[in-house]
Amino acid sequence: MLNIVVCIKQVPDTNEVRLDPKTGTLIREGVPSIMNPDDKAGLEAALRIKDELGAVVRVVSMGPAQADAVLREALAMGADEAYLVSDRAFGGADTWATSSTIAAAVSKLPYDIVFTGRQAIDGDTAQVGPQMAEHLGIPNVSYAEEIRVVGEYLIVKRQFENSYQVVRVKMPCLVTALTELNRPRYMTPGGIFSAYREKQVTVWTRPDVPVDDANIGLKGSPTRVKESFPKALKAKGEVVTMDAEAEADYLVSKLREKFVI
Amino acid sequence: MKEFSEYKGVYVFVQQVEGVIAPVSFELIGKAKELAKSLNTTVSAVLCGHNVAGLCDELGEYGADTVVLIDDPALAEYTTEPYAQAVYGAIDYFKPEIFLYGATTIGRDLAPRVSARVHTGLTADCTKLAIDEETGRLLMTRPAFGGNLMATIVCPYFRPQMATVRPGVMQKAPREEGRRARVLPFNLKIERNDRFVEILDVIKKMNEAVDISEAKVLVSGGRGMGSKENFRMLYDLADALGGRVSASRAAVDAGWADKELQVGQTGKTVRPKLYIAVGISGAIQHIAGMEESEIIIAINRDETAPIFGVADYGVVGDLNKVVPMLTKKILELKEQN
Repeated sequence: MLNIVVCIKQVPDTNEVRLDPKTGTLIREGVPSIMNPDDKAGLEAALRIKDELGAVVRVVSMGPAQADAVLREALAMGADEAYLVSDRAFGGADTWATSSTIAAAVSKLPYDIVFTGRQAIDGDTAQVGPQMAEHLGIPNVSYAEEIRVVGEYLIVKRQFENSYQVVRVKMPCLVTALTELNRPRYMTPGGIFSAYREKQVTVWTRPDVPVDDANIGLKGSPTRVKESFPKALKAKGEVVTMDAEAEADYLVSKLREKFVI
Repeated sequence: MKEFSEYKGVYVFVQQVEGVIAPVSFELIGKAKELAKSLNTTVSAVLCGHNVAGLCDELGEYGADTVVLIDDPALAEYTTEPYAQAVYGAIDYFKPEIFLYGATTIGRDLAPRVSARVHTGLTADCTKLAIDEETGRLLMTRPAFGGNLMATIVCPYFRPQMATVRPGVMQKAPREEGRRARVLPFNLKIERNDRFVEILDVIKKMNEAVDISEAKVLVSGGRGMGSKENFRMLYDLADALGGRVSASRAAVDAGWADKELQVGQTGKTVRPKLYIAVGISGAIQHIAGMEESEIIIAINRDETAPIFGVADYGVVGDLNKVVPMLTKKILELKEQN
């Protein structure tokens, strides 16, 4: 029986984030939290392997107590066990310290395949997956669009800008999933019931994770945020409302002024 | 406080596929030249591959002072582990102060693996790089939180300072014919281990000729187009202007345009001379990918659409009427001239 670990992150739905037009700052209030889409594709890939070949699917998330919600969602979709890595000592971590912490947590579990999403929509770095693979000493295949288990290998279709590679990688390995991989299933009512009544989310705090103090949290992060600032807004342009022909004339005149035509 | 005086020079990972260097590598060399000037040091290009020595001259002409050439059959095609060994080996030996990669699907796979192996920081998808005059540190600025917050990141206590940079963001230096780089063949033993993967097949994508990040004029369609058929009018307008068609994520997700044409945070960053956004509301993620365009025109029926916030010229109206009318008028004008 295969053992699969899926790493998932709870993220704000950045599609719902709006800017305050006066201050240029983000309006975070009322923005829903979701399971990161690429991670969800990784979970779905794991569940399909479970459906086809049989597997134990364990989900791991690092984050505050609220991240329980995405782990319950994963359980309701069909994951077997859930682990929440949560401690103030892990907070403020950059991708290096995050990957070292999650890799240490994952190392406590049996695994043939580790799935992560390619990237999280709040950070967009795409770093934690490959960094975890390095910490675990296993191969990684990034940007997976198709995946199939053949004996002790995975066959993965890996996306590049203008081509794909089909690669064969020996398990244990780590795969970073793209949303193109699949269309994730919905939770079932029975699944939701079981996720909250029968299944458990195991919480791992600092003492439960075998990682050096030097490699966690803000202190273990090689990179530091020096400053953050709202993006400078561009000077406002002109917006006109006229009939279609007048609008077309207006645009033509502007393009001529700017020597585009 | 660690001593970093032995770490010197600005290094760039040169991405080549089938003997062709990715444009982003030249862009990085252009930026590296500026950084090296501030630090009073040199620019080195790290070229990995097999039988690629012929590419060294081009790297010199675009500004590399030195080319570190790592030639090995295991590097003939990109896979993670042998490339990580090569770049790790070069970093371990040469001790660069700064190491830059293109934020391509190769760079974003290789760089994190290397950062974990070297134990140093890595800042993803930077849009601005500068040297802090006081400390000499690399200031790496990147969009955060879906693109509207900017964060400046530093890597104070580890070396090299590493960053990936999105293609199309930096400018390549003008080519100087005949300028030669010093070539340093770097013999490194790449060891086969259980982290190697085997390439079974390489599949080319169709439409590879269309690279929207190179286009001077882009006519881009979004959710407001309503259908794939309606994209036809965008191609007509693009043809009239000698441009290309691109799309927002919503239009790609709806199946109206190919993924290769997607502009934005999860698509491509573009900075054409003219960008016409048609039926695009202007999500943060989209704007992050096109706001550096020289002239932005927005056509949308919703006057409150955020795209008007970045447009130089906006028209509120029915795209089904305005776009064909605009195309017609441009063609008429061209005929007169």
